[in-house]
This record gives sequence, C-alpha cells and structure tokens, in this order.
Amino acid sequence: MGLKIINLVKQVPDTKNISGEAMKSDGTINRAILPAITNPEDLNALEEALKIKENFGAFITSITLGPPSAVKVLKECLFRGADDAILITDSKFAASDTLATSYALKRAIDKVGGFDIIICGRQAIDGDTAQVGPQIAEKLGINQLTYVTEILQITANDITVRRATDNGSEILRSKLPVLLTVITEANEPRSPSAKRVMRYKNIISKNEEPYNESYIHPECSDNTCINFIKQWSAVDIKADLACCGLNGSPTKVKNIQSVVLTARDTKMLTNSKEDINALIHELIGEHIIG
Amino acid sequence: MKTNNILVVVEQNNHKIGTVSLELVCKACELAQQLKVSVDAVVLGHKMHDELKILAAYGCANIYYIDHPKLAHFTSIPYAKSIINVITKYKPQIVLFGATANGRDVSPQVASALKCGLTADCTDLQIGDYEFKGKTWNNTLLQIRPAFGGNIVATIVSPESSPSMATVREGVMKMTEPNYANKVNIIEEKCTLLDNDFLTEIIEITYEQRTVDLKNAKIIVAAGMGVTTHATLNLIKELAKILGAEVGCTRPVVDAGLLTWEHQIGQTGVTVRPNLFIACGISGQLQHTSGMEESRRIIAVNTDPSAPIFKLAHYGIVGDINDVIPKMIQAYKTKL
Repeated sequence: MGLKIINLVKQVPDTKNISGEAMKSDGTINRAILPAITNPEDLNALEEALKIKENFGAFITSITLGPPSAVKVLKECLFRGADDAILITDSKFAASDTLATSYALKRAIDKVGGFDIIICGRQAIDGDTAQVGPQIAEKLGINQLTYVTEILQITANDITVRRATDNGSEILRSKLPVLLTVITEANEPRSPSAKRVMRYKNIISKNEEPYNESYIHPECSDNTCINFIKQWSAVDIKADLACCGLNGSPTKVKNIQSVVLTARDTKMLTNSKEDINALIHELIGEHIIG
Repeated sequence: MKTNNILVVVEQNNHKIGTVSLELVCKACELAQQLKVSVDAVVLGHKMHDELKILAAYGCANIYYIDHPKLAHFTSIPYAKSIINVITKYKPQIVLFGATANGRDVSPQVASALKCGLTADCTDLQIGDYEFKGKTWNNTLLQIRPAFGGNIVATIVSPESSPSMATVREGVMKMTEPNYANKVNIIEEKCTLLDNDFLTEIIEITYEQRTVDLKNAKIIVAAGMGVTTHATLNLIKELAKILGAEVGCTRPVVDAGLLTWEHQIGQTGVTVRPNLFIACGISGQLQHTSGMEESRRIIAVNTDPSAPIFKLAHYGIVGDINDVIPKMIQAYKTKL
C-alpha cells in the first residue's frame, strides 16, 4: 500500500519572456499573447512526488484550479507519471486572491478524500507570493514544511526533509499528513515519457457522471489508466460562494502601473583612454572610490 | 491595553534579531506617525531579554515577548498560533513580516486563520485612501509590489479585513538612527501551546556564513549577460578587487552557472543601494534594475547604445567590457 499524494499545479504566463508587445497601451498585461506554461516549481514538486512513487509506492493525484485551458498543465503531469488529474474550473473562482484560491483548493482536497502528502511548488512565477500552500495547510489543520530542497527519508508515518533557510538549511521531520512546498534547487524535473504522451495526448476533461464512479480505483497500477480528466465546479466541491472569487478575496488591486525606467541625464562617454581616465578621476575626486 | 497599532513580527535566528525586522520597525514608525499610533513588536524565542532592547532603540513602544524553550527556533504551527494569539489580543491594524523563508512560511498561515489580506514582498508601504463603488476607506495601508516578473507595479489594499498584512524583503526599507535612550517596555505573554501543536521535529540546523555581502557594499561591480566567459568574469572580479567592491550579477548569469545566487541583484535577488554601481554588459531588464536603480552613481558599460540601462545610468560607456574594464583598472592604478 503506497502513500496518497496530492500534487497541486498552476498554469502561469511565462513571465520570463515578457516582451514589449505583451504590455497593452493602458499599462496592463496582455495575457493572451504570453505563452502559458506549467509553473516551474510545481514541476519540481511533481518530480519529488514521482521519486516517492518510485522508491516507496504512491498514488499521485494532480489538481489545478484555473480556466478550462489549464487542462494542459494536468496533461503535463499525466505525461510525467501522475495517476489521476482533476481540473477545478468555474467562473465563480475568477479574480480569486490567495485566500480564495486556497479555500477552493481545500474544498477540492476534501472531495478527493484522504491523503498522506500534499506537495506543491513554493510559489508561482506570476505572483511570487508563496502563500497558497501554507494557507491550504492551515485550512486543513495539518503541518507544513516549506522551502524543501530534498526529501531525505520517508516511512509510512513520517517524512524527513532538508529545508532552505535564509542562513543555511535545516533538517526537519514531520508526521504525516503534511503539506510540502518545494523549491527549484530540489531537482531537475524529468521530461514527459513518450509512452505516457501517446496514452494521454488526446485526453479531455469532463464532468463526472454521478452514477458511475467505478473507474476510480485507488490501487491503480501502471497498467490501468484514466479515461478523462475530472472536471469539478464550485457546486461539485460544495464551495461557499461568499468565500470564492472576488467575494472571498480580502486583497483588492487599487491600481496597476507599468514600470518605466526613470530618465536621467546620462553623461555618455567614449571608450577612449582619456574619457575613462577622466571618469575614474572624477569618482576619486568625489570620494566615491578611494 | 492599546489596540489599533502597527505590529512587527520579529524574525530571530539563533537568538539574534534579524536586520529585516529592524528595517520593518523603522518603516512602521514612519507609517505610525501618519496614523498617530505606535509601533509594537512580537518576539518568540528563548532567553532573549537582552536582545529585545534594540527594538525599543529603533522605535518599538511595546514588545510582546513569548519565552519558551520550544520557541527558541522557528517551526510553522507553534509560531503561527502564537502570532495569531497576540494579534487577536492586541488587534493591530497593520502587521508586517520579513519576507524571509520563515516569514513567508508563517504569514500565510496567520492570514488564512484570520481571513485577512496579505501582500507578499512589498517594495513600498504607504498610508492612503481607497475608493471603491462610492465608498471611501481613509488611512488604509497601500501595499506596493511588483508583479509579472517586475513588469508591472501593483498597489494592493485590504480595507475590509483587519489587520492589513504585508511581507517585505531584507534591504528594501531604509534604517533610521537608533536611540538607545528610548524606554524599553517588554510585555511577557504566556505560551499557551499544547504538545500536539509541535508537529515538526528539528533534527539539525546548519548555519552557513554568507560570503557575499552585497547589501552593505559601498561599491558593486555587476555582470550581466554581456559577460559570457570566465575570462571576462575574471576582469570584473579584478576590477572589484582593486576598488574594494563586491561582485553582483543578474539572474541569467546565475542561471548560466557563472556565479552563485548570493550574487544576484534584482527582483528575485537582493536590493542594493551602493554609492557606486558599475553595470557591465547588463541590458537593464526591469527584473534586475528594480534591485539597483537607487544606487547613488551608476556607470553602465554596454556594446548596445540602445540598451535600457543607459536611461538609468549617470555615466554611459558604449563599448566592449573586455576593452573598457582593463582601461578602468589601468586608470585607477595610475591615479593612485
């Protein structure tokens, strides 16, 4: 009997590759032209889950909250070895801040049933908040280990990890169940397996038929596979709408500005020996360099 | 008992109060003056009485201190529950945390339990008004932070939940002069934690001395992606050495494996304000410049005359760093 692992993933715009064209004239981001990717640290988290599965035995359920197009990140998880995938999607969740997001994910985790480990990336590159993981742990009333760089030991009852801190690192042990957030340094995520890509490349998400849940088989071995990605709405996870989307989000955006470099009177110099000598001399004269 | 103040959650490591916490106290004092309230601190630890005085020197009116052997070192749930207890008791209107690994671990737990807003990694905090649908909130905390990889700056408010909470990275807020004559008012709070709140067992703690100190450097020579070889990097290191400078860099240089992350300046690295910043082969992407634009003097060296870094620099040299840096080294050596 392996461990039950829930792996949380997020689809994000690729903020590393934002070019001028991605900025609209009003200073907001044109998300539509940005490539959507799986949040990098979530892939590090999935990799750790897959290593547990290989070394210890585990059933991995990947969950994402997002628009219907976010099904793409769940396929990425299935391609790499996740056993099951759930898409939480509903317009009721639009404009959620981290608190409302963690509420919706908590409700979804409740619906999944039991788990031993929840594992996700430390933070998503679009917001860099690192809040959703710890907020889910709080809502579930379970322990958390954040900034994990290495899983050192795992038993049926507890887990030992190395955690990065600002002054070094620490080795921590926690009883299960526990929520882990993983950072980039942990590993190099594997590539999709060709066999699994063939199996799942055309998989779609759809609402479950309530009268037939027979296909859910928690002892799923590598021979069994899922036929579709489960799609859950706010009603499906029995979410209180007062806690969802804008209603459930205490933080509001007052305004957004695009960043413009401050113009300065730049003194342009040539790379001649004379100009550089003069510059160094000026800096010494002003005691900026000694 | 005074409520409605600003509370700083103090970070301590190995019984020593973190610089980020003192920076937060300084910023909190500035905000508190506008709000006409005082600044309080909460400290969790063991045998730290002597260390607490410095908080008063930087302007804390009340220091809520919970002393317990099991709180000597950070763990998530005991820290979260203790902080929640202090917030519930003293009802501050603003709570500030350092955006450290521990601060970013515990603050979302607190926000989730209190169902209040939390803004991560703010680069500025202000007091101002917020209008929405004909309703106005006066004197609310404006939480200013970059988003989308630093390409936008968002002002976030959370006026309908209390307290307003924010985290701030080390080195972002400026320190003021301490006044050691300030009265130290330590209020001991009881530790009400139960055995089953201690769910994390600490097996080992490793402290690694930081070998790079960008934050306190007076001069920084920084490498961007114009530095693609170790030979060029060695020139940068040589210039840094003779100027008594630290070596900094942009994120792509770290990603390329040329320098370690301790050298990284910018949004995902440290924020620096040296007297002199020499940008070598740095194009001037916002992710980087947000962490160095407040340098007092900026010299930019780049082969591309249209590189955005030249808009920010006080002195611009269009040229190859392999050509310019040896000339700088030569000029400095002969002027001595």
